[in-house]
Amino acid sequence: MCVRQCAFKGHSYDPETDEVISKEELCVGCHRCVTLCPTNALTVRQNPLDFRPNGNWTPWAIRNIFKQAETGGVLLTGMGNDRPYPVYWDHLLLNASQVTNPSIDPLREPMELRTYLGRKPKKLELDYTQETLKLKTPLPPQLKLETPILFSAMSYGAISYNACESLARAAEKLGTYYNTGEGGLHPNLYKYGKNTIVQVASGRFGVHKEYLDTAAAIEIKIGQGAKPGIGGHLPGEKVVEDISKTRMIPKGTDALSPAPQHDIYSIEDLRMLIFALKEATRYTKPISVKIAAVHNSPAIASGMVRAGADIIALDGFRGGTGASPMVIRDNVGIPIEFALASVDQRLREEGIRHQASIIVAGGFRNSADVSKAIALGADAVYIGTASLIAMGCHVCQKCYTGKCNWGIATQDPYLEKRLNPDIATERLVNLINAWSHEIKEMLGGMGINAIESLRGNRLALRGIGLTDTELEILGVLPAGR
Amino acid sequence: MKRIFVKEEFCMGCRLCEIHCIVEHSKSKDIIKAFKIEKPRALPRIMVEEKGSISFALQCRHCEEPYCLEACMSGALYRDEKTGAILHHKEQCVGCWMCVMVCPYGVIQRDLNGRKVALKCDLCAGREIPACVANCPNQALEYREG
Repeated sequence: MCVRQCAFKGHSYDPETDEVISKEELCVGCHRCVTLCPTNALTVRQNPLDFRPNGNWTPWAIRNIFKQAETGGVLLTGMGNDRPYPVYWDHLLLNASQVTNPSIDPLREPMELRTYLGRKPKKLELDYTQETLKLKTPLPPQLKLETPILFSAMSYGAISYNACESLARAAEKLGTYYNTGEGGLHPNLYKYGKNTIVQVASGRFGVHKEYLDTAAAIEIKIGQGAKPGIGGHLPGEKVVEDISKTRMIPKGTDALSPAPQHDIYSIEDLRMLIFALKEATRYTKPISVKIAAVHNSPAIASGMVRAGADIIALDGFRGGTGASPMVIRDNVGIPIEFALASVDQRLREEGIRHQASIIVAGGFRNSADVSKAIALGADAVYIGTASLIAMGCHVCQKCYTGKCNWGIATQDPYLEKRLNPDIATERLVNLINAWSHEIKEMLGGMGINAIESLRGNRLALRGIGLTDTELEILGVLPAGR
Repeated sequence: MKRIFVKEEFCMGCRLCEIHCIVEHSKSKDIIKAFKIEKPRALPRIMVEEKGSISFALQCRHCEEPYCLEACMSGALYRDEKTGAILHHKEQCVGCWMCVMVCPYGVIQRDLNGRKVALKCDLCAGREIPACVANCPNQALEYREG
């Protein structure tokens, strides 16, 4: 069983000795064999082979040099930044009400997580009559979410068809959205259009009239947290028949997404593309612009809002990827917590916060991270890696090899079958429902009955173990104050 | 009657159905003993057919008009009145292999351990859900009316 399940050929059977041999150097630690072994006979441990202890020349640094000396190439990796940078969510604490304002039991009382994303008018004018209440102000197009969590952009190509279908079905069941990434939209998935955000990225793969018309919203991708400033590269081997059709490129050719969008060199250019897309869809859909969190995100975000973006998506440096140069993933970009706090602050100061919703992404691990992000000023959260883990991913970071043993990040028909969309959809729905319940519990504890009341409410947060500067950037008080 | 259906698109050829079939039809019903101690080892009634990326698990279809039942000269094969399953009296079987020859699915095997008799799926009599279905990690097998 284990021999057949390992796409990396870590196990082999020797008929001469009637034994299964495991090669530790081939093991990626994906736990596929461990999970499926009917006798629980397997475990995966770190091979204890140590180098001579050295604070600077860690085994990681040494092995990377070995690899590069051997190949002369750029080191590739998958998933998000795994280096031990601080996780600021773990330095933020939520509030709860005691005595002075009663907490609410979400099991007994209604609790509102519904979220609308899109440009909001500055003020609302209403027409009152005796019985009716009519809105006079025309509302720009909005996305309606039953819970403030969406599935991040993951392209068909980077992940398998079954994984895309699972995300689409789960988004439909949950009343939220998934994002196609740059991979185009497979014809079978058009029926989930009203729960789909389609991406227009630098390679423009799979972008055509029906693609834009089918979607609920369109996202212009400028950058990605795992590889800010870097384009994409889907190797030709992964461009199989269906992918070639969906992406509208010849079969077997490399799908190269350039680093910049070649028609966007300024905020004015971005405005032209935003309005070209708005024109093309007759102003019926919100347009989102996604950027990686970098040093001057607040100024960029301000420009994006002024350029007409209805939603801005910020992707922090923990954001995942199917493949990225390791040196970029691990060293470029800033934590999403700082980017979010500073962007929200800047847009408020400029009086344009209502003109765009903010979605944040990049390494959200649980409902507490989501709640804290909303208190810091986010409207909603994109989850990518967490949704993959719900489908079975064990974060072995070998997405770029195309040999995903869990049938997620692969186009190999033998491996792809391992992901049954019926099971994966249920697991995704379970995860989001569980998080939503927990968010309601946290809201209830704070004596709030709607997520709206937590949004941007930094008084609900206190910092712990942070410097004065960090607290100032996050706009929160230290615990105890 | 309730039958086992296969969803070929999700069978990944892990063969856990075969393993759990062996365990279910072993004396001890313990996976370690069934494989390491019991001699002869129980045989699986389910077989995974595989070529390239296509695979599926197959066992007795429990046909409405079973050729095997017609061909069985000793009357060892019979239909269970209650469940409709096609079952097999081991003691009555003479090992003529006519059932093996006529089965259009090729799912009756020969049990050559001891007295030679036919071997086929019994839908795990006594279990609510057959072992292969219950233990398929990808829900590629389904047990339902049909």
